[in-house]
Amino acid sequence: MATSTVDAPAVPARPASSARRRRGGRISGVTGAFWLFVGPFLIGLLVFVYLPIVWSVVLSFNRAQNTVTPSAFIGLQNYIDLLKPGPFLDSLITFTIFAAFIVPVTFALSIGLALLLNRIRFARAFFRSVFFLPTACSYVVASLVWKLSIFNGVRFGLANTVLSWFGVPNVAWLATTSPPLYWIVIVSARLWLQVGFYMILFLAGLQRISPELYEAAEVDGAKRGWQTFRFVTFPQLRATSVAVLLLLLIAAYQAFDEFFNLLGNASFARPPLVYLYYTAQGDQDYGHGSAGAVILALLIMIVTLAQGRIFGFGKAAE
Amino acid sequence: MTVTSTDPTELVDPPAPTAGRRHRDPRRGTPVGSAVAYVCLGLATILFLIPFYLIVRNALSTDIDITGPTWKFFPTDIQWKNFGELFTDPSVNILQSLRNSAVIAVLQTAGQLLLSSLAGYGLARIPYKHATKIFYAILVTLMIPPAVTFIPSFIIVSQLRWVDTLQGIIVPTLFSGFTTFLFRQYFLSFPKELEEAARVDGLGWMGAYWRVVVPNSGAFFAAIAVITFIASWNAFLWPLVIGQDSSMWTVQVALSTFLTAQTINLHELFLAAAVSIAPLVLVFVFLQRYLVQGVAETGIKG
Repeated sequence: MATSTVDAPAVPARPASSARRRRGGRISGVTGAFWLFVGPFLIGLLVFVYLPIVWSVVLSFNRAQNTVTPSAFIGLQNYIDLLKPGPFLDSLITFTIFAAFIVPVTFALSIGLALLLNRIRFARAFFRSVFFLPTACSYVVASLVWKLSIFNGVRFGLANTVLSWFGVPNVAWLATTSPPLYWIVIVSARLWLQVGFYMILFLAGLQRISPELYEAAEVDGAKRGWQTFRFVTFPQLRATSVAVLLLLLIAAYQAFDEFFNLLGNASFARPPLVYLYYTAQGDQDYGHGSAGAVILALLIMIVTLAQGRIFGFGKAAE
Repeated sequence: MTVTSTDPTELVDPPAPTAGRRHRDPRRGTPVGSAVAYVCLGLATILFLIPFYLIVRNALSTDIDITGPTWKFFPTDIQWKNFGELFTDPSVNILQSLRNSAVIAVLQTAGQLLLSSLAGYGLARIPYKHATKIFYAILVTLMIPPAVTFIPSFIIVSQLRWVDTLQGIIVPTLFSGFTTFLFRQYFLSFPKELEEAARVDGLGWMGAYWRVVVPNSGAFFAAIAVITFIASWNAFLWPLVIGQDSSMWTVQVALSTFLTAQTINLHELFLAAAVSIAPLVLVFVFLQRYLVQGVAETGIKG
């Protein structure tokens, strides 16, 4: 199916296209029309997507401090600097820890909420709206509420207020590094923002499961609850689950907003994009910044290709 | 997967159980199980609404109420005058940042819809011999999320001398391979007969597109528009990198600056946050149908 999808526009298979040919001399018409439709987008893609990447690859082999013009070729030095033990590798470790928390927890909570919503009859639209509403908020707004109101380190923060009812002294949530309490703040903010989004994806997946499968499972003696989930629901959600896991991983890889607004340039929790932001915008070091961007792009391409999703796209869509 | 299979109405109202069916729907389980489900959902609802409650509470309180030694669930007196204070505070200039955000989000949404829908239609329908190769060249760009290449994009914008301009923030975001991909997939499933009738009647490709295809694709355009608008309004990294001067701040960059610098009062900051989400809550309330469809579309396929 994948090939036929991709080739569809190029294969004149239907009577209509022979009708088009009968009207004579339309080959150049087809070419012209195609460029009229696709040309503006393609020019923009070349200038604002392809050209920047090529430029950055070139710049990454140059010393480029306070300049974006390649002028001092230094070979692989920028890459060697970044891949030595140091802040860039630390940022990849930070990402790994972050992903190890946020991916499984978001996955479990969003599938859990979707299953709960799917089994109730009344007020389903209400609950779905409530869980989906945070999608309307930005990471900046969430950071603001989390930093100043919920996890404020002084006594008027909500978390510390609740703890004080049980006699627990104030906790400096964002400044405590051992144990690393700041992860609670970072992870819970992102959970609040994105669980509803993935819940909608799982709900859509659940709605596509044919009721006959459940009836068949019941006839075959599967118990309601865990057995039905294990042998019917979860296998049927496989495509959705794989997609959600990949989306969560890619989203975590690009984490910037909440780290920047909650922790700034803190060396103990600086994900890759925050490190690159301070390298490029703070130190004006575009050579190392470009090399870092190239490494990050390559890493994510490897993950995506390993997933085989890009070339499964045509298939998934049919 | 076709467009209809993710029709949002299915999410809202699942098919009613067939009348006279004897067994309970096995997905739903026992009454006790349902009670447990409602309790869990109720608790989750409280947790999910707490941040909204805090925004509204703090926005309409005095700073003394917010920071007082005992927790105040509601402001002692609702401070409507906080609105006047926020909008007239010369050090905040929230109106300018709201205007920047609105201009950016509207133009980015309109531009992406126009460019990507045209390109997606061309790729899906016009039998040009290199169409497949060009489609692959677009597909390759989907592997790299735009945020990862913000430094390369900044370099091009700075060469164009577009740093600290609105076009510097808007134009590079107009060419989304992903949106084009979504439109192509959508147009592949659009009924061919309609356009062919139009073209036989003498309309060219463009005529058929504007007179037949677009008017019959309102729901899909709306879904993509809502998703794009929200993403654009909430975007942070790119506007932060390009709009460095305070006259170019979007509302997100402005909030972030006040949060980091802590130069303004708490109640003003929270009121600004409330004002910044208000447009999206309106979009959410009135266009939720398209929003849910958009998420189901873009999420699964992306």
